[in-house]
Amino acid sequence: MLRFIVRRLLQAVPTLLVLSILVFAWLRLLPGGPAGALLGDKATPQKLADLNHVLGLDQPIFVQYGKFLGRILSGDFGASLISGDSVLAEVGRAFPATIELAVFALVLAIAFGIPLGYAAARFHGRLIDNATVLTTLIGVAVPVFFFGVLLKYIFAQKLGILPPSGRQDVTIDATHITGFFTLDGLLTGEFDAFWDAVKHLILPAIALASIPFAVIVRITRASVLDVQSEDFVRTAESKGLTTPVIRRRHILRNALLPVSTTIGLQTGLLLAGAVLTEKVFNIPGLGYLLAQGIERRDYPRLQALLLLAALVYVIVNLLVDVSYAIIDPRVRVR
Amino acid sequence: MTTNLLRRKKDRIDDLAASGGTSLAADAFKRMSRSPIAIIGAVITVLFVLLAILSPFLAPKSPYIPYDELKNNLRPDSIPGPMPGFILGSDQNGYDFFSRLLVGSQQTLIVGVVATLIGVAVGMLIGGLAGAVGGWVDALLMRFTDILLAIPSLLLAISIAALFSHGTQWTVIIAVAVVSVPIFARLLRGAMLAQRSSDHVLAATALGVRRTTIVFRHMLPNSVGPVIVQATLTLATSIIDAAALSFLGLGDSDWTRAEWGLMLGKSQGLLDVKPELAFYPAIAIIIVALGFTLLGESLREALDPKNRR
Amino acid sequence: MLPQRVARLRRLALIGLAGALAVTMSACASERGSGGGANDTFVFGAAGAPKNFDPIFNDDGESFRPARQMFDTLVTYKPGTTELVGDLATAWTPSADAKTWTFTLRQGVKFHDGTPFNAAAVCFNFDRWYNMKGAGAQSQMIYYGDVFEGFAKNEGDATGAPVYKSCEAKDDYTAVLNLNKAKGAFPDAFGLTSLSISSPDALKKYNADNVTQSGDSFTYPEYATDHPTGTGPYKFQSYDKTNKTITLVRNDDYWGDKAKTSKLIFKIIEDENARKQELAAGTIDGYDFPSPADYSSLKDAGNQVLIRPAFNVLYLGINQKNNPKLQDVRVRKAIEYAINKDQLAKNKLPTGAYAQTQFLPNNVPGYTDAVEKHSYDPNQAKALLQQAGATGLTLNFYVPTEVTRPYMPNPVDIGGAIADDLKAVGINVNIVQEPWNGGYKDDVQKAGKQDIHLLGWTGDYADAGNFVGTFFGRQKAEFGFNDPAVFNALSNADAQVTPETKKAAYEQASLVISQYVPAVPLTSSPPAIVVKSNIHNLIPTPLTDERFYTVTKG
Repeated sequence: MLRFIVRRLLQAVPTLLVLSILVFAWLRLLPGGPAGALLGDKATPQKLADLNHVLGLDQPIFVQYGKFLGRILSGDFGASLISGDSVLAEVGRAFPATIELAVFALVLAIAFGIPLGYAAARFHGRLIDNATVLTTLIGVAVPVFFFGVLLKYIFAQKLGILPPSGRQDVTIDATHITGFFTLDGLLTGEFDAFWDAVKHLILPAIALASIPFAVIVRITRASVLDVQSEDFVRTAESKGLTTPVIRRRHILRNALLPVSTTIGLQTGLLLAGAVLTEKVFNIPGLGYLLAQGIERRDYPRLQALLLLAALVYVIVNLLVDVSYAIIDPRVRVR
Repeated sequence: MTTNLLRRKKDRIDDLAASGGTSLAADAFKRMSRSPIAIIGAVITVLFVLLAILSPFLAPKSPYIPYDELKNNLRPDSIPGPMPGFILGSDQNGYDFFSRLLVGSQQTLIVGVVATLIGVAVGMLIGGLAGAVGGWVDALLMRFTDILLAIPSLLLAISIAALFSHGTQWTVIIAVAVVSVPIFARLLRGAMLAQRSSDHVLAATALGVRRTTIVFRHMLPNSVGPVIVQATLTLATSIIDAAALSFLGLGDSDWTRAEWGLMLGKSQGLLDVKPELAFYPAIAIIIVALGFTLLGESLREALDPKNRR
Repeated sequence: MLPQRVARLRRLALIGLAGALAVTMSACASERGSGGGANDTFVFGAAGAPKNFDPIFNDDGESFRPARQMFDTLVTYKPGTTELVGDLATAWTPSADAKTWTFTLRQGVKFHDGTPFNAAAVCFNFDRWYNMKGAGAQSQMIYYGDVFEGFAKNEGDATGAPVYKSCEAKDDYTAVLNLNKAKGAFPDAFGLTSLSISSPDALKKYNADNVTQSGDSFTYPEYATDHPTGTGPYKFQSYDKTNKTITLVRNDDYWGDKAKTSKLIFKIIEDENARKQELAAGTIDGYDFPSPADYSSLKDAGNQVLIRPAFNVLYLGINQKNNPKLQDVRVRKAIEYAINKDQLAKNKLPTGAYAQTQFLPNNVPGYTDAVEKHSYDPNQAKALLQQAGATGLTLNFYVPTEVTRPYMPNPVDIGGAIADDLKAVGINVNIVQEPWNGGYKDDVQKAGKQDIHLLGWTGDYADAGNFVGTFFGRQKAEFGFNDPAVFNALSNADAQVTPETKKAAYEQASLVISQYVPAVPLTSSPPAIVVKSNIHNLIPTPLTDERFYTVTKG
């Protein structure tokens, strides 16, 4: 087992190296440069060239890559050109914002998606079923950012019942411990701060939930339809079990298995959707950092975000492989 | 390193790949014609394509020049509404908004179709090569598509679009097309593998027919069904992704081009001045994307072997 | 039902806690202050994060805005005007050759750390700038570099000879500044926010000069990030990067009128729409540079849109290098005749914008009516093109994206309108749009890839040299021309020492420029600042350098 893990770890090294080259190449291929982002309006071309020299951007590309790799390995990701703050600290702060939003969105998607999917399957072919299928397809067809803009326009701008952007009202002066503002509100007992953070989450979470919601409804519906026609359900019926018991014990429980895997798989989608949602609602999360980083050519920030994503990708793969090996010993041999 | 995370995405493609076979087309068509969802999808799609083709003749004004009647009353915080000759009034540049909306259908269709065609072509090349040759070529190409599949599609499109110093219609098309390449590659490879062990291919091989002939005469034509289904769905996502790129400022930079995603992206700041400028293109995109999605999903269901009973 | 939901949320939140503690590298705990009444806090929506809080290392408005509330300069500009008035200095007199400046300093002023302000402190600051070490630090002192041209030891590629020579504290309240050469920019330039006076003690204590390179960027010293120490009406309290807020508190020892609100909060909201919506929601009291598209809806909602006097110029640059046709002055004039500037100002620019005939706002000495004007006349444009044999001219028109500036609130739309005008006289326009920081500035100013392009300038102080001298004072890749008449007129004007001769010389230069048409002056637009109806005494100023200590709420 240990040998298997070590082997997998060693295999991950070249993957990471290739990914680091890809990230570096992408950064250097981006038009523009950090000097332009660092200096403001009054910078002359001469000043920009000076700064490029100071930053070593006029050195041969492999020298730059070597330095880049050296810095990364020593854990130095540099400071953001936009905020001047350490990129790692920035990412560390943005992380809770995105996770909080993603969790809220997922909770919404599940809370409404599963019952609706189940109802659609129960009344298969009837009006509610067709309506549900149509709704989910519309959910996929509406661009996420436009849905967000629309929600903001109606509920924040026109009706004024929910805040338009941000994570928390500035005047609330809340205490922050974990960076998850809702959690902080509960932990410190500042319930006004908690409620305010929740209110800020509602609209972006709905916007972000639209696609996972549609997916969950469809999977639940398909899965319940499948299970309904399985032999064990018929057996249960023939045994004379009451309908509610069959539904609860047999159909729902079995149908939810594929649903739960789907939910796990929505993570990537949620993070991609967060780029748009966070931009629309001005939430300082990872997606926002990325969009702003691209817009303003914040090289250190983009570099850190991409490398982090690559690292997470490799680690998750590793963990999955290892857990498979624990469950299924045959994998180890291969 | 097959990843569990990818499995669902792959399964969906592979299921579709296994569903091919032209002999089933008639059967599928019959089932589709009974589904209201399929009919709605087909109607929307046909109307949209007709509009796209005819729009230059339908548009009452030129969509590409400003009109003095509109410009005279144009202010940063007030955009002329409907007036004689201009059904929906002006856009933010003194152009006829109605004509631009109409012609927008054509440009939007072009972005969607060209991006999808590129995705299909490159994907088929990669997938076809992998499926036909097999061995290490297959392994290498599939490893490559797996990596692309693992990146959330929008992020991939953003990364590609950001590489161009200034966006044009082509950079948007390329960024959006790249996203669909791995899907088509995997789809075609799967379809061909399924064909490879089918009776008629085995028979042809036994008869000594050349491999290239088998690939082009038997394997490829029989893989067309799944590709058409996926292409229909890709049309919808391409149009939506192109709009998202415009929203993020990575879209086409030629503001005179009347394309819905572009019109929507550029009108974000005008919701208070003239919300129609953002809402109408958005609604148009939603309807069209819905049409393609409805059509594609019902095609998929019609082709699904599970439904053939 | 409700408790159940809360319980579920709590459970979910607690699950997240483990991850949060592992990931949140800089857990930020702030004391929950009791806070004053809402009327005692002025919350202003900023459009971006400041780079840091040490003004000498900054050159952008978002970094300067908080700095202006915390720091004072030797001289400053009277609120609402560009007129010079005393600040930390009560009097400033040049020697006859303008190489020596004597400042009489204000008495009884204290820095935020309690140390006294005096001539020694002033000289400490000038010496600090002059002796700054490290290529990284020097390369970011944009304004200092512009005004003083060089350092004690030029590092990096900077080669200028320093203008600064020495500073001596004659007595506690008299500082004498010796320069190596006279400059037209003085004394106005002494009011630049970059040249704010910091507490020497704090500078030393918090390693203010220690700018270090890290990767593609820089790490700033503690002074610049957490301990800016000036003499201004507000003191730095905190910068909460999680919630993107900068909090300043009233300096109760301020030498002038004390700030009216005890707290001043800057909330950073990058998105323009979001700023507007937060204003409507009442979570901010005001914000800068509202989009002209929003003026009427903002006013309808009962807000005050305060219009500043215009102090900028938007121009259509012409690069003569790539297209020989553009070297013909008739073609350049034809371009100017083709553009309907009045309509452009009306259609695309805010109320109060006006069409330009020259490269100076009309409130800067040197602006004159006696320039050659080429007002909108498409027929004249066509005729000139015909004469020059330039019919069917094709031009690459570079337009920036992802940027708004007071002189061009929406460059893409402005560029579109100009392109339409040019097309109308038969010029083919090939539009190239590039992101401001993603290639535009490089391609236009360094590589000179364009034929024509859109750019502008906001003045730093009321000196014509700051405008026309910057544009046309020497040969530049941006314009690609070499015309001694223009260069000489400008260098002559910059050498004038008395205000009267300077004004006359710049009027002459404006005339010369208008005959040569090195670029097409388009418009000057007044940027606005918007506040809620209950905000009073905010004085909009042409230099966009508002001080908020006079602001009252309620």
